[in-house]
Amino acid sequence: MARRNAPEINAGSMADIAFLLLIFFLVTTTMDVDTGLTRKLPPPIDVPPEDIPEVKMRNVFVVLANANDDLLVEGEPTLVSDLRRKAKDFIIGDANNENMPEFVMKNIPALGGQYPVSKQIVSLQNDRGTSYELYIKVQNELVGAYNDVRNEFSMRKFGKSYAELEELAKNSEGAEQQLDAVKDVYPQRISEAEPKDIGDQ
Amino acid sequence: MSKFKKKKSDGQPAISTASLPDIVFMLLFFFMVTTVMREVTLKVEIQTPKATEVDKLERKSLVSYIYIGEPIKSLQGTFGTEPRIQLNDAFATKRDIVQFVEIERENTDEAERPLMTFSMKVDNGVKMGIVTDVKQELRKANALKINYSTGKTDKIVD
Repeated sequence: MARRNAPEINAGSMADIAFLLLIFFLVTTTMDVDTGLTRKLPPPIDVPPEDIPEVKMRNVFVVLANANDDLLVEGEPTLVSDLRRKAKDFIIGDANNENMPEFVMKNIPALGGQYPVSKQIVSLQNDRGTSYELYIKVQNELVGAYNDVRNEFSMRKFGKSYAELEELAKNSEGAEQQLDAVKDVYPQRISEAEPKDIGDQ
Repeated sequence: MSKFKKKKSDGQPAISTASLPDIVFMLLFFFMVTTVMREVTLKVEIQTPKATEVDKLERKSLVSYIYIGEPIKSLQGTFGTEPRIQLNDAFATKRDIVQFVEIERENTDEAERPLMTFSMKVDNGVKMGIVTDVKQELRKANALKINYSTGKTDKIVD
């Protein structure tokens, strides 16, 4: 059988070709991961509801941002760096203080029955002239305040941080109940009012 | 005569480079898989703000972007310096957003539609007026899961 061997292809330049492609992808690749603040918008309202539930002023944490990027928190001019602390104090609340939000008893199984839950609501209103930068800072601090409060609570009650609970809840039912308990005790209520148009844009 | 006699190679033998292509290919595949080609050309200038409490945006295929910012330098002659909305590759007005949401929905698998996120990439200096308008339009279109695109930082400064 005289079978001719096909000549072997020279693979010496393979590396060069591969390098060329590699460099191309190295240059075009962008490793940045998109990050951001995830929020949920309220569903659209076609007909204005007839009975708007009354909310007592003591239950509302009012944050106002004007067109000059000044903050007014509960009637006091505040810096962004103080906002988180103030919001945390409000969310945790104080049952003995007349000016702090009311508490209601709520049945939370993971905490062994009835547990007092604050009726806190954070209300945020900005002007059409407020800068996006300030808006994000305020949003960030408010979300951060809730996260901090939840974190401290879950550390105290369950010995795990909130992030750990979230991770565990994906495959453990017990952790899921604990996570729900933390969320039930400190529900994230950030209400955004329609912006005013006072300051010129 | 042989002054330039080959030195006897008594040292280590040369390292074989035969597996070099394999290594390079491995790297190549890694970068090919991880690479994301920029699918839109930005017509607006965007410097996103920084925040500390950020989440990672997962499932890129379910994320649609809305860009808001000043037109880039080369387009400022025609479009001015007022902040504008960019959807896909073109400038848009807030009235186009509902339609944009509908189209994005059409292009997504039905089972995954509730997971769709609209990410707003907004420039630092933009005023809230236009952002609010966009948010109201998104509400009208029932696109309620949104994300404010921000970088990550350790500390917020005043």
